Amino acid sequence: MRKVFVVGVGLTKIGRHFDKDLRSLFAEAALHAIDDAGGVKPQAVVVGNMLSSSLYQQDNLGALLADYIGLRGVAAFKVEAACGSGGFAVATGYSLVASRLYDVVLVGGVEKMCDYPTATVAAALAQAADAEYEVVYGASFPALNALAMKLYMETYGVSREEMAEWPVRMHEYASQNPYAQLRFRITLEDVLKAPMVAEPITLLDSAPIGDGAATLVLASEEVARKLSDTPVEIAGVGMGSDSVDTTTRFDLLDPLSVRLAAEEAYRRAKVEPKDIDLVEVHDAFTITGILSLEGLGFAKRGEAAKLVAEGAFAKGDKPEANLSGGLKARGHPVGATGIYQVAEITMQLRGEFPGVKASSPEVGLAQTTGGVLASTSVIILRR
Amino acid sequence: MRISPARIWRERGARYRLEAVRCRKCGHVYYPPKKVCPACRSREMEKVVLPPKGKLLAWSIEYTVPEGYRKYAPIVLGLVELQGGVRVLAPIVDVRPEELRKGMMVEAVLRRVYEDGDEGVIVYGIKFVPAEQD
Ligand SMILES: [Zn+2]
Repeated sequence: MRKVFVVGVGLTKIGRHFDKDLRSLFAEAALHAIDDAGGVKPQAVVVGNMLSSSLYQQDNLGALLADYIGLRGVAAFKVEAACGSGGFAVATGYSLVASRLYDVVLVGGVEKMCDYPTATVAAALAQAADAEYEVVYGASFPALNALAMKLYMETYGVSREEMAEWPVRMHEYASQNPYAQLRFRITLEDVLKAPMVAEPITLLDSAPIGDGAATLVLASEEVARKLSDTPVEIAGVGMGSDSVDTTTRFDLLDPLSVRLAAEEAYRRAKVEPKDIDLVEVHDAFTITGILSLEGLGFAKRGEAAKLVAEGAFAKGDKPEANLSGGLKARGHPVGATGIYQVAEITMQLRGEFPGVKASSPEVGLAQTTGGVLASTSVIILRR
Repeated sequence: MRISPARIWRERGARYRLEAVRCRKCGHVYYPPKKVCPACRSREMEKVVLPPKGKLLAWSIEYTVPEGYRKYAPIVLGLVELQGGVRVLAPIVDVRPEELRKGMMVEAVLRRVYEDGDEGVIVYGIKFVPAEQD
């Protein structure tokens, strides 16, 4: 395995892009990333996407998008792991370069979610759960996470107010991020009084529905050194899984897939949780973010929510978490999210992030997950 | 959701009578069933029918429901621990949300869960209703 570097990033603002179709949105981010990488020509395209098949009647996304951005002929395909697709696309692109199959790979995530009513999007997102044992009963993705939130609060004695600190902080950060979807501040009371989606999860505990695209150009060390004096290295990648159904888990509050992915990534990057300066965690719902912080080893089991309520993981702490505003407020165009995270951390390590800046980042970590913490990838980046 | 008669027929065991599998080696029971035991990787899995009664572990009142489920909204999605310890996820019905309490006895019944349009297949499955304490 050889070293792999991020040599280009490109993002679109997340929001309701009614004027742009799937391929235009992708192209906007992809061409930014290629320009950022000095115009280098990728030899392969890996696309992270979840919903093109269910909401956009489009498969064969790799070839379609590669051709649209002038890369007709290159290896091109889509990687799918529900809401975690983007992180797995990064891991796939990484392995193509690390294995010497290609020297330059474009990894791009794109999602179009805003063309349809909420119930239609909810049905498509529910496909992240078990179709035959959960979704058939009308279980929504928020409701499955609501069960985890209730069990967490009961088991560890955490109050609803303590669970509301996270979204308030995410909106504060997102208000300063030009790429974020929800650029407004909220209060604790706003979270508690927001419309109930699946009790106890309110609208303000949930990531919004949004369109967006994010792209990275990955390259070998030889290529990277020609393009930049200070390229950001992908120091370690880890992946893990758990049952898609939540009922057969051996322990309902153990974020197993996060733990396994993190252990693998830490080992490969030769770092420990205490070495991580900034992190982007997958907070599709407040509870998902909390369990992820525990799975990544930043808090003991049952302690992350209380630590957050006391101010931990905020700007100035170590690690600083979700300075982008997270899925909660930066936004969550599902299959693109993992790529937003890696792009944001790359910009932070370069000192170029246009929102809340990390204090003195050397090592960053991006974690993204599909389903109720069923498929997780962890990417560690180093300056 | 598109539903075909063949799919309904294939899923009848688990959907209509709570058929699960038990690992002959380590004794773990799985619902949904697994081909190979996730705990010990044994392939010796035998079919078992779960008891219909259990207690309510947790529930969520789901107000925003996926397309096709509006007539059932709000759905009370329950996590039930059956006698013997196996967990099942299914709607809790025939009860007002304010009457729900942790640990209450519930019992599986067969109910209509989904209709594939006006002329499509009707899907039946397990839901739970309040039950007498044993
Ligand atoms: Zn076993």
